[in-house]
Amino acid sequence: MKELRLMKGNEAIAEAAIRAGADGYFGYPITPQSEILEYLMAEKPYETTGMVVLQAESEVAAINMVYGGASCGKKCWTSSSSPGISLKQEGISYMAGSELPGIIVNVVRGGPGLGTIQPSQADYFQATKGGGHGDYRLLVLAPASVQEMADFIPLGFDLAFKYRNPVMILTDGVIGQMMEKVELPEFTPRWTEEEIVKMSGDWATTGKTPDRERNIISSLILDSAKQEKHVKKLELKYKAMEADEVRYETFQCEDAEYLLVAFGSTARICQKSVDIARAKGIKVGLLRPITLYPFPTIPIHELASQVKGMLVVEMNLGQMVEDVRLAVNGKVQVEHFGRCGGMIPNPDEIVKNLVSKIIGG
Amino acid sequence: MTEEIIIAGFGGQGVLSMGKILAYSGIMQNKEVSWMPSYGPEMRGGTANVTVIVSDERISSPVLNKYDTAIILNQQSMDKFECSVKAGGYLIYDGNGITRHPDRKDINIYRIDAADEASKMGMTKVFNMLVLGGYLKLKPIVSGEFIHKGLEKSLPKRHHGMIPENEKAVEIGKDLIYPIHVL
Repeated sequence: MKELRLMKGNEAIAEAAIRAGADGYFGYPITPQSEILEYLMAEKPYETTGMVVLQAESEVAAINMVYGGASCGKKCWTSSSSPGISLKQEGISYMAGSELPGIIVNVVRGGPGLGTIQPSQADYFQATKGGGHGDYRLLVLAPASVQEMADFIPLGFDLAFKYRNPVMILTDGVIGQMMEKVELPEFTPRWTEEEIVKMSGDWATTGKTPDRERNIISSLILDSAKQEKHVKKLELKYKAMEADEVRYETFQCEDAEYLLVAFGSTARICQKSVDIARAKGIKVGLLRPITLYPFPTIPIHELASQVKGMLVVEMNLGQMVEDVRLAVNGKVQVEHFGRCGGMIPNPDEIVKNLVSKIIGG
Repeated sequence: MTEEIIIAGFGGQGVLSMGKILAYSGIMQNKEVSWMPSYGPEMRGGTANVTVIVSDERISSPVLNKYDTAIILNQQSMDKFECSVKAGGYLIYDGNGITRHPDRKDINIYRIDAADEASKMGMTKVFNMLVLGGYLKLKPIVSGEFIHKGLEKSLPKRHHGMIPENEKAVEIGKDLIYPIHVL
């Protein structure tokens, strides 16, 4: 039987990484995600699996340690919260440019600036549209439960190595701080050096052998023609992700006349709103994007033929709503309801806004 | 069955750990649970609260604005959460330090003087378990056997010697609670 525990999202993500056979975690404390580093330091995986846990001198150092570890074909990850993620952006862009796998966890807090420690989803644009400089994409996973916090670590590593691209887990203080029942995955041993050579020996710096050229990890390509070729190669990966990696969940959409669209913790709150609205006779469903990039454009486009209007609920001033509007392409009315600055929408006010902004009355 | 609870009081009263023990006991009894603490600036100001949901079904929102039961352990929390109890729901409060008593007529109100009793008995550490006992008297959502398992899971091994004292407090708490206004 799998092990059942009551854990915080932050703890579950840390435990899942140990169990997924991660090689290294490099981080710097910041609320509301400090439990990740604290949990790892208490568990001491460096004494059991050999996973390195290191509190770096700064966020910039931490992301570049992930860059270094990933360059050797190792499973490395880091975590932070909004202001710290901003500091990591240069390193994230370099990882994307150098085609390095790895996971970056952002337990989002209210911003801009140092903002507040309370939950927010205001980093949607940063996570899905770039964040750092240059033409690149992160594959972005948005967990809505403590279970998914644990599940998305092994999934994230699989996707990161499949595409040789950094993966971001975009969550917030609600999921990070809350405790729920979680079924922990079995232990996967860390890759041996031989396994890494076999899997990633064609690109990773695993030590030159006489039968191949040196592997060089770099994002510097001064020749414009070569740089364009490189970016076009990256584009093919993003197209492949868009074709194969879209993940989403629907909730009571079969007979829905109206649709809520929300991700992460807000999607959990919206489920309750669906129940409240349906008790009042309003046929509403919920679509929850699980991957924010690639975005579930097609299922939202298809639902636009079924429903009379959509309300996008976010803990920000309106970010994902732009992607929903692109998917709907004017077919039905799409409105936004958001709380920000660390305020969490409650189930009743979502229903109230659905009625006032979409249904009318 | 779905029971949506807010437990609110001062930091140090054991608000978060009471919620955790209740949630873990729920898991042991094969129920779905969620535990959502306040971790923001209000916590740093000395107040603490936690939303606990115990249910037979998958839990949707871990964040709520109305509760089946509010367990209120200081005046600030009374001011904030008395109005958040669903009509027909339960408000349980410790009278210690309460200057404005609850006056809603559409809910059940019970009082438990656990703080006084805990200090009389020299058991201030298990104050929160007295309150939990009072709550479980009204809403036996988890049974004693599972509270025991929940305590085992919630407390670090080095504190397992304190489990009998905690269980005793739960039993005493059941006798301490009394009605103020019942529908």
